[in-house]
Amino acid sequence: MPPKAPVKGKQSISTGADMPRRRTTRIREGDDMTDLGDGTDADDWSQAKTLEKPSDQLQLSEQDLKEEFTRILTANNPHAPQNIVRYSFKEKQYKQTSSVDQLAIHFSLDGNMLHKESDEAKRQKGKLGLAEASSDQAVSEAGEGAGAAEEGEGDKQEAAEERADDAATPAPTDKRKLTNQFNYSERASQTYNNPYRERGTATEPPPRATFAGNVTQWEIYDAYLEDFEKQEKSKEKKTIPGRKEEEKTRKKLTITETQSDDISRVSSASKIVERMVNQNTYDDVAQDFRYWEDVSDDYRDQEGTLLPLWRFSHDKAKKLAVSSLCWNPKYNDLFAASFGSYDFMKQGTGLILFNSLKNPSYPEHVFETDSGVMCLDVHPEHPYQIAAGFYDGSVAVFNVVEKKDGPVHRCTAKNGKHTDPVWQVRWQKDDSDNNMNFYSISSDGRIVHWTIVKNEMIYQDVIKLTIPDASAEGPDGIKVPTLGCGTAFDFHKQKDYLFLVGTEEGKVHVCSKAYTSHFIDSIDAHNMAVYKVAWNYFHSKLYITCSADWNVKIWEMGSKIDKNTDGTESPERKPLFSFDLNNSVGDVAWAPYSSTVFAAVTADGKVYVYDLNVNKYEPICEQMVAQKKKTKLTHIEFNPVHPIIIVGDDRGNVTSLKLSPNLRKVPKEKKGQPPMDASQKQQYELTKLEKILAMVREPTESNAAN
Amino acid sequence: MATEVTEEKKVDADSKRVHTYPLIRHSDMNDEMKTEAMELCVTACEKFSSNNESAAKMIKETMDKKFGASWHAVVGEGYGFEITHEVKNLLYMFFGGNMAIMIWKCS
Repeated sequence: MPPKAPVKGKQSISTGADMPRRRTTRIREGDDMTDLGDGTDADDWSQAKTLEKPSDQLQLSEQDLKEEFTRILTANNPHAPQNIVRYSFKEKQYKQTSSVDQLAIHFSLDGNMLHKESDEAKRQKGKLGLAEASSDQAVSEAGEGAGAAEEGEGDKQEAAEERADDAATPAPTDKRKLTNQFNYSERASQTYNNPYRERGTATEPPPRATFAGNVTQWEIYDAYLEDFEKQEKSKEKKTIPGRKEEEKTRKKLTITETQSDDISRVSSASKIVERMVNQNTYDDVAQDFRYWEDVSDDYRDQEGTLLPLWRFSHDKAKKLAVSSLCWNPKYNDLFAASFGSYDFMKQGTGLILFNSLKNPSYPEHVFETDSGVMCLDVHPEHPYQIAAGFYDGSVAVFNVVEKKDGPVHRCTAKNGKHTDPVWQVRWQKDDSDNNMNFYSISSDGRIVHWTIVKNEMIYQDVIKLTIPDASAEGPDGIKVPTLGCGTAFDFHKQKDYLFLVGTEEGKVHVCSKAYTSHFIDSIDAHNMAVYKVAWNYFHSKLYITCSADWNVKIWEMGSKIDKNTDGTESPERKPLFSFDLNNSVGDVAWAPYSSTVFAAVTADGKVYVYDLNVNKYEPICEQMVAQKKKTKLTHIEFNPVHPIIIVGDDRGNVTSLKLSPNLRKVPKEKKGQPPMDASQKQQYELTKLEKILAMVREPTESNAAN
Repeated sequence: MATEVTEEKKVDADSKRVHTYPLIRHSDMNDEMKTEAMELCVTACEKFSSNNESAAKMIKETMDKKFGASWHAVVGEGYGFEITHEVKNLLYMFFGGNMAIMIWKCS
């Protein structure tokens, strides 16, 4: 141990310096010597501030102070004796013990806590009077005794232990606190219980179905056989897929075709239903139309009445005047009516309606036009072809069959349009090339022949109504021939080249298609515009005219011409008959069933029916037909078969009227004789008329002779 | 005559040959399920060709695993039945020319 020597030296120095204080501590504590060295060191550090220097302190020079002393601290107790000698019983001599206890205890404090398992604790438990613990205690007591003997360190620790024992014994009694049995209170509380609620759902069970059957061998066999046949068939089909697809596409096509206008598929059915409904609502009218005969005719002596039947009106035609009427030559219940305006100031749109007696509530066809329709004519052989003349001077052809809103043909300003309203159109027999053709007459004085060739209308001016006497002077003195204004014409029933023209000046010209420049004859028939000229159905020379000058006149063509071949023909040739109806006569029509019957309508709303055979001077029927006053009747037409007439007024209404028996007298069939055929009937009508004419002619002829 | 006989034989042979395939007689399953069930029946019947009970058991257990519990299966050559089944869960088919298999679900 070489480093020990310097340590010792140093130690000795320091101890020497601290000597007086150490003594005091020693006195006070009376402790063992081990404390001494350590305590000095600690005090030395604490007393650094008291610069009290001991008197015998070494005076060290700077050099000495800077000198470093290396001290090595070891765990050896410097005060421990190094030469402890003990007697060895084994060797029977004193021997120096090699190991020296270096332990030094500076501070010790005994606690009063014990480990529960420890011997001490057990012992204490025994002391508390636990019966079982007594034996333990004895054991521990003995152990302790052994321990105490072994403990060489000193009795101080043991004393401390004993003290601890004393302290431990009362501890357990403190732990168990005794409650005062008479001083307590019990408390209790109950928490709020949540109310219970029951809730339940039942799911809907999965849908079920029942199935039943029988399994037998023959059923299985049949099923297989059936399936096998099916497979065979499908194989066959697959062999010709191309054709099948073709068929399918064709089917699809037809389906789409029919589906494209599915409304039209129900149109016929709806039309039938509509007519049935109308037949029910107008049942009484239909009954009248068929069966009602005015019994009062028997007592009225020759006079007759008109029974109003259906009235046809259409919303769009309310403010328009009926400008012409025409029965369909094929369907006796169907007629066409054109609508326009006669008022120069109030021109607007026009309308063509097709009405059927079977459906008085709504027209069968409606054509709307931009200009007023002034006239129309249904083709006698092709009843779906309608020629119409307009207020703006154009003519057009409509086709009822074609689903088209507008006309099939219509002339324009480029191809022969009239410059004034067209007052009448009339179909002619198809020409040599089988082209349909018609004539039109207008206020501009032209009569134009229209031929429909394929898709266009070719026009040809047939005649210009020049007025030979009056020719206006042009601006540079050239005489410009004035044109008469044509208002009506009619073609001869037999000689189709011959036709009559009525003019606004009141003249009636007898014309031929062969001569375009001059008239065969010309008569000053009326003082005002001629509204209608019409050949008699039976007599080839007789025609009737009506005019705004209130007159209806019946003329015989050619009778005067023959007379005045000498050239002294007087312009005022006289009609065979003349009737003054006290108002402007809008239209006149011969009856198809009798040569002597005709009917006229006037602007004061009356219908006049004459039968020359009955009365040559007075009408046999004069009846107010218009619904309201001031309504003018414009046109009248006899049904070719049924004993009814239709009358149009200027408010867009068409009224159908039934002629009472007296107005449609036909020759009585004598008993025993077969009924007359058509030619006989015609002959009869002709003779009947001739008889009357002869009575009229006679005086005039005699006058002429005179 | 001879030709006729041969033809008849031919027809018979033809029918016998054809009539072993699985034929679905009635089913309201969807196609996917139907094909699966049909294949299962075919395998079960082929596997237990001599024991219908085992075949039915296999069908029932497999169907239970695949499509949920409570399947019933009947395999046999002749029987009558009237059953209640959950809709879309019924298959009635023939197989092998003499076997009728009926499976349905009803829980």
